Amino acid sequence: MIRFRDVSKWYGSFQVLDGCNLEVNKGEVVVVCGPSGSGKSTLIKCANGLEPFQKGELTVDGISVGARATNLPKLRARVGMVFQHFELFPHMSIRDNLALAQVKVLGRGRDEAVAKGRKLLERVGLAAQADKFPGQLSGGQQQRVAIARALAMDPICMLFDEPTSALDPEMINEVLEVMVELAREGMTMMCVTHEMGFAQKVAHRVVFMDQGRIVEDAPKAEFFGTPRSERAQLFLSKILHHV
Amino acid sequence: MYDFDWSSIPGALPILATGALITLKITATAIVVGILWGTLLAVARMSGRPWLAWPAAAYVNLFRSVPLVMVILWFYLIVPQLLRRGLDIPASYDIRMASGLVAFALFESAYYSEIIRAGIQSVSRGQVSAALALGMTGGQAMRLVVLPQAFRNMVPLLLTQAIILFQDTSLVYVIGLADFFGAAYKVGDRDGRLVELLLFAGFLYFLACFGASVLVRRLQRRVAA
Amino acid sequence: MNYHWNWGVFLSRTPSGESTYLGWLLQGLWWTVALSLAAWALALLLGTIFGVLRTVPGRWLPGLGAAYVELFRNVPLLVQLFSWYFVMPELLPRAWGDAIKQLDPMLQQFLAAWVCLGTFTAARVAEQVRAGIGSLPRGQRAASLALGLTLPQAYRHVLLPMSFRIIVPPLTSEFLNVFKNSAVASTIGLIELSRQSQQLVDYTAQPYEAFIAVTVLYLLVNVVVMAGMRWVESRARVPGYIGSK
Repeated sequence: MIRFRDVSKWYGSFQVLDGCNLEVNKGEVVVVCGPSGSGKSTLIKCANGLEPFQKGELTVDGISVGARATNLPKLRARVGMVFQHFELFPHMSIRDNLALAQVKVLGRGRDEAVAKGRKLLERVGLAAQADKFPGQLSGGQQQRVAIARALAMDPICMLFDEPTSALDPEMINEVLEVMVELAREGMTMMCVTHEMGFAQKVAHRVVFMDQGRIVEDAPKAEFFGTPRSERAQLFLSKILHHV
Repeated sequence: MYDFDWSSIPGALPILATGALITLKITATAIVVGILWGTLLAVARMSGRPWLAWPAAAYVNLFRSVPLVMVILWFYLIVPQLLRRGLDIPASYDIRMASGLVAFALFESAYYSEIIRAGIQSVSRGQVSAALALGMTGGQAMRLVVLPQAFRNMVPLLLTQAIILFQDTSLVYVIGLADFFGAAYKVGDRDGRLVELLLFAGFLYFLACFGASVLVRRLQRRVAA
Repeated sequence: MNYHWNWGVFLSRTPSGESTYLGWLLQGLWWTVALSLAAWALALLLGTIFGVLRTVPGRWLPGLGAAYVELFRNVPLLVQLFSWYFVMPELLPRAWGDAIKQLDPMLQQFLAAWVCLGTFTAARVAEQVRAGIGSLPRGQRAASLALGLTLPQAYRHVLLPMSFRIIVPPLTSEFLNVFKNSAVASTIGLIELSRQSQQLVDYTAQPYEAFIAVTVLYLLVNVVVMAGMRWVESRARVPGYIGSK
């Protein structure tokens, strides 16, 4: 579904991604972790072309993301993304946040878009909030709305960029629950996150990044059992201690 | 297509220089008086004493809601009469420069006062408390602690306002005073080369103001750092 | 002071007899308001375009936006007005220039003042628009694009609506400035409010009444504009957003 082939990226002379190879297959959940500044957020933003890259090849559902001829808006419409800071549109009601791209990008009728939005809000347990504005919701609620907004586009896969790291601890679980449910339904997911509990529960593979490189890419059991690289071991011990 | 003829410009340079001097004189006076009087107005507005704050607020709001052109005309009309009566100045004396200076100084004070007020408000309340706790009077706290900090923050804004003021001095045209712009217009009108003179004046204004604003921006970065 | 106050002067007939001096004042007010509103519309349009240009990716378009702002901010308004009025008709192709000079003088003055005030104010509006867009979290653009919106759609539906809500207060003061700056049009002969005050002084020899009346009218315009913009601000308020009540 998502395939990185030797992807490299530079900011000026500083290399942020160094020959990354990664494959996320249909129905698979891949968790990407690593210390801050390791390039994991940049990597996931390459997947829908929000960050350009200079070398290598990256395809989503067989479509090359880096190619000039690719219609990026069209591709992005099929790839859902959830951001660290939610990025709901503050001037629109929750209902309109869910409807906007359905109407403007997919060309759905407004009624259809609103109905679809309502269904997804119910699914994340926020149907009662449709008339409110993002600023009136808690962080956890906003992130659930953001997930619903992405799902409203009927995506073929979902990208999560640290979806819980801007949340207060007591709100993390309500977001993770939605994500776990999504994973169990068979959604293809690429998640940048430090929530190792989530990884243990639903991930098929865990990828560890450091200094722009993919250091480790292993099935979940193997990663948590005996990580091969020293760096990953160190990182895991820190993060598991922390939790 | 228009035939440009720039030949009147070299001969006009002395007149233009005299005009530029008037422009600079008005600008400098308005900056100095504006900042001093503006500071007093700002402090008065924030004094918490209604009999001081009210008139100051009325002054600032009045000047800020009326066009500068109107203010220049007011003072051209009013100041000469007052001056003549008060100082016994002969009717032949050209009063335009004096009225222009007064108009700009009083007008710009209102704008400077708002900048200064914002600057004072940007200094944290804790600074005043600390100064008072050290035994300073309110006036001392303002003069020794708050204003020095406020002015440092305000310098870029004060300078930007000075650039606007410098451009606005061209409006003394309405009372027939030959500042830099007025001189350029006069020469252009006289020689039938208004197009060239206006473009030339505009170009010089642009160089001066663009150069100054680049410097201000550089200073702003240094202040921010 | 032995000034002879006479407020009744406004009700007396003008020399030509077709109106009272009060009528002159109101006519001046009408031109001031018409010119300012027209210029404000132009300024919002151009200012939005150039402000947006300064925030798009790449080098050329932001450069173009910056050049516009610098040019119109660093030349005095009066020089710009005289350039539009005296210089522009000469520099245009002869036929166009001649066509402009054939127009009714009042219309010529109005057009020059309109374009001048509009383009001048647009530079200031552009700065505000740019600041407004710059104040939004960077993720807003990314989130819009990630949903499949094109860049123009992202500006149209997300970035601009939100930035405009944020910049209503500074835009209010620019709007007020348009009314004040419109007085400059008196220098090319447009009989707007401040020009009318001079005319009143010349005709009635009651300078204080004339100036006080005109000043009051400008204050009135200010109050009305501020009330209007406060209404806009309350309508534009985003529930739950920081900075709104």
